[in-house]
Amino acid sequence: MPEYTWPEAGKRTFIGKRISRVDGPLKSSGRAKYTYDIVRPGMLYGKVLRSPYAHARVVSIDTSAAEKMPGVKAVHVVQGAGKEVFWAGDDVVAVAAVDERTAEDAVRAIKVEYERLPHLVVDAQEPKSGADSRGPLSKTELLALIDTDASDNQVVQQIQNRGISFHPTPELLGQWREQHIKEEVLQALQKAEVKTSSETPDSSWYKVTGKQTQGDAEKGFQEAEVVSEGTYGQPVITHCCLETHGGIAEWTDDQNILAHFSTQNVPGLAEQLGRALGMPAANIHVHQDHVGGGFGSKLGLDRWGVAAAQLSKKAGGKPVKIMLERDSELKVAGCRPSAYARVKIGAKKDGTLVAWESYSWGSGGVGGGGSPPLPYVLNIPNQVKQHTAVVNNIGPARAWRAPNHPQACLITMSALDDLAAKLNINPLDLYRKNIALAKPREKIYLEEFQVADDLMGWSSRWHPRGDKTPGPVKRGLGLSLHTWGGRGHNSQCDLTIFPDGSVEIKMGTQDIGTGTRTAILMVAADTLGIPMEGIKLLIGDNSYPPDGASGGSSTIGGVSSSTFRAAVDARDQLFATVAPALNAQPADLEAVGGSVRVAKDPSRSLSWSAACSKLGPHAVTVRGKNPGEGELTNSGVGGVQMADVSVDVETGVVKINKMVCVQDCGLVVNPKTAESQCLGALIMGVSYALYEEKVMDQATGIMLNPHMDSYRLAGLGDVGELVVHMMTGPGYDERGVIGLGEPPTVSPGAAISNAVANAIGVRVPMLPLTPDRVLEALENAAGGHA
Amino acid sequence: MSDREQEGSSGVSRREFLKISGIAAASVPLIAGPAVLKVAGEEVAVHGPDKTPITLNVNGKNYSAELEPRVTLLDALRQDFEITGPKRVCDRGACGACTVLLDGKTVYSCSVLAIEAQGKPIVTVEGLMQGEQLHPVQAAFVENDAQQCGFCTPGFVVATKAFLDKHPHPTPEQVHRGLGGNFCRCGTYDGIRKVVSQLGKA
Repeated sequence: MPEYTWPEAGKRTFIGKRISRVDGPLKSSGRAKYTYDIVRPGMLYGKVLRSPYAHARVVSIDTSAAEKMPGVKAVHVVQGAGKEVFWAGDDVVAVAAVDERTAEDAVRAIKVEYERLPHLVVDAQEPKSGADSRGPLSKTELLALIDTDASDNQVVQQIQNRGISFHPTPELLGQWREQHIKEEVLQALQKAEVKTSSETPDSSWYKVTGKQTQGDAEKGFQEAEVVSEGTYGQPVITHCCLETHGGIAEWTDDQNILAHFSTQNVPGLAEQLGRALGMPAANIHVHQDHVGGGFGSKLGLDRWGVAAAQLSKKAGGKPVKIMLERDSELKVAGCRPSAYARVKIGAKKDGTLVAWESYSWGSGGVGGGGSPPLPYVLNIPNQVKQHTAVVNNIGPARAWRAPNHPQACLITMSALDDLAAKLNINPLDLYRKNIALAKPREKIYLEEFQVADDLMGWSSRWHPRGDKTPGPVKRGLGLSLHTWGGRGHNSQCDLTIFPDGSVEIKMGTQDIGTGTRTAILMVAADTLGIPMEGIKLLIGDNSYPPDGASGGSSTIGGVSSSTFRAAVDARDQLFATVAPALNAQPADLEAVGGSVRVAKDPSRSLSWSAACSKLGPHAVTVRGKNPGEGELTNSGVGGVQMADVSVDVETGVVKINKMVCVQDCGLVVNPKTAESQCLGALIMGVSYALYEEKVMDQATGIMLNPHMDSYRLAGLGDVGELVVHMMTGPGYDERGVIGLGEPPTVSPGAAISNAVANAIGVRVPMLPLTPDRVLEALENAAGGHA
Repeated sequence: MSDREQEGSSGVSRREFLKISGIAAASVPLIAGPAVLKVAGEEVAVHGPDKTPITLNVNGKNYSAELEPRVTLLDALRQDFEITGPKRVCDRGACGACTVLLDGKTVYSCSVLAIEAQGKPIVTVEGLMQGEQLHPVQAAFVENDAQQCGFCTPGFVVATKAFLDKHPHPTPEQVHRGLGGNFCRCGTYDGIRKVVSQLGKA
């Protein structure tokens, strides 16, 4: 039985070494072909007419003029009369034409009549409780209200003030009576005004979840000697993938589709598309070589992808390419939910945390949004928390690197930093004191604190809140910590050793820029003892053994484990074949440096190709799988980050001087690309901390900054000095391979916000930390007389 | 990038532009190929709106197509000549992913009309290669892992090459300004700074 354990440090030839990414030359020379670059024979270009309104019902559509235009080959109504659209930019009609300009002209010739409906696209204000301008109570809302431990009086009052949107039939009341809903409430329902007209839709903008409690928060706050309160948050931001979403669909015959899509999910797309079209996934061939960014926004199939397939069918199977325009990309293809919270923390004078209370809210469009895991990392003993999902028309929520974590991190670490300031203690000491609450990763964090402290010079440079040096430019330090799962996903690959010594690996995964190709080849080469160039790797196609979507930082653990198991099994088969020729047992052999040899007597050796020639005429193919035997991947990482910023209190401009990222992810396959993930995460973090916001206009319901000149990303000169340290060696390596793409994006917002507070002496409560927000915070602190 | 600010990338002077726009009120005949109109006493060629023959010299090779005058250099390269190194990202001169060299100067090819780019050598990221050999800038991008998804990389490579040609030993401030016209979403700036510092030391 082979043993599936990663090689010890001294026996690794590629794993753990700094290897340049194998597709680097293709990318840096412009030869890497992305979906956007592909031109298929006879290809048509698709464009989409999008709703100008944030919330509307389609009344009528007239496509006749567009259909008659020369060069227009197909028109497909995506959402026809009677359909309700829930965000500005949602797809209504798609057109395919011989070129983009004709398709654009055709879109302009389509007439759509809409009935506008009420919309909400802003969410920064805390939802008011109690009766307000909201519509009548729906069933779900009423039950949620009862679940939140609102007093019966409050519930009755809401019913009386707002009315209800459903008929309180005797059956319903009977059911609720059985569920122990109070008689006063049931009586109020019987007397309530029933409003079911379309002006008062059967839903509220706010979905309140039940209160969650742990321990006894009330008692905790009574025992607290210091209580710190604050409100913190960050708005919806957009993924802004440089390669916009889209793809090319073509019917190769009346049964089969070939799809080139820009996706993080090559293996899963066929099933999604098949379901949408009512056809077997087996008849859909998906291929993608390179993807120009995803960050979580390219995991699912989109309406325009389905539309491309439908247009192709109408156009006799011709390939139809739809790539979003930049403004559509920012309006509809990227929306990280916002999160805000009013927080209260109680602690002893020595910094011991005793109680947490938070009322959080946030939006991710019509589906609400995720609920941030509060309090983040530190499990404070006594807690009470409640989250309200703001159901609005800002656009559809999409996963973003570490969903919900950056938001939870900002809220928690800002609140803890404010508490530390109130206690007048160094935040690093506060975290160290309470690190037992970070179980089971307390040891990791403590080691990382030390490394980060050394790299930033925190202990020698930290000053209490408010830089007292003269002049308008104030400098400060901030810190934050984070966690993530990152266990390897289900993965399969086929590894073949040919009798001539060549090796091929096929895996239905994708490289989203993290270096997946390189990691697979490193693991295989390390295990087979041959150079990486000796292995041909085929990925990006759903005809290969299925891997998972690249989400949740699950790819590296999945692909390295399946590759390792395949390589071990194939190598062992080779050993079994060649052992007699070396007059040895298979277990005595090793594959090292392009040879197969007896471990204890390296003079008894065959070159790799000579060994493979013993296989006879048939290649050896083995299937590697994850999960499987052996503990090759794991879950649960810790990371610590520190920021050093300068803030000009006259202009409000924040400048990053330095960021330090100390990160654990178990066994690091390729430190070079791993560090790049961390560097990129820091840069993305600077970007969302200082610049990014999906600015929505409540009057019109549209996004005001849907272009890259107004949706500002951090540039090369904005990011300061960046220092990354990967935790490796004993205590880390033996945990196995754990995902890395997401965790380091979690902390930058909190670390930078805390550094700004440390510099200027006051908290800027909301990201991004734009000059106006910084100046407003300073003015508020000065009593509005600044 | 300062180069771009200094150069009038359109190749049309302000005086010429005023002369052309001066005829806007007059009706321009809808004919293919340039018509010659007399404006302010001088003869001016007028193109479009229909397709007109256009020839571009890209990476040392001539490419010809019938294109409407409104077609950008970027779209002509990508859609008509299948030179897809330059990427269409913002499509309005904000991100630099479409950067190419036009007559030796960096331009955003999304903001130059193909018709204007005629008669001048155009070099894209593909054209920096020396046969099968990567250009030193391209090799340094690989070595310093200055790329992740790689979609901004072609524009950054061209911009970095042009920048280093002009500033062989740049200061950090010059790097920040000189390469501030390109954006990356994955966050590869640290690698790009290492590229510049590696090649800038030579």
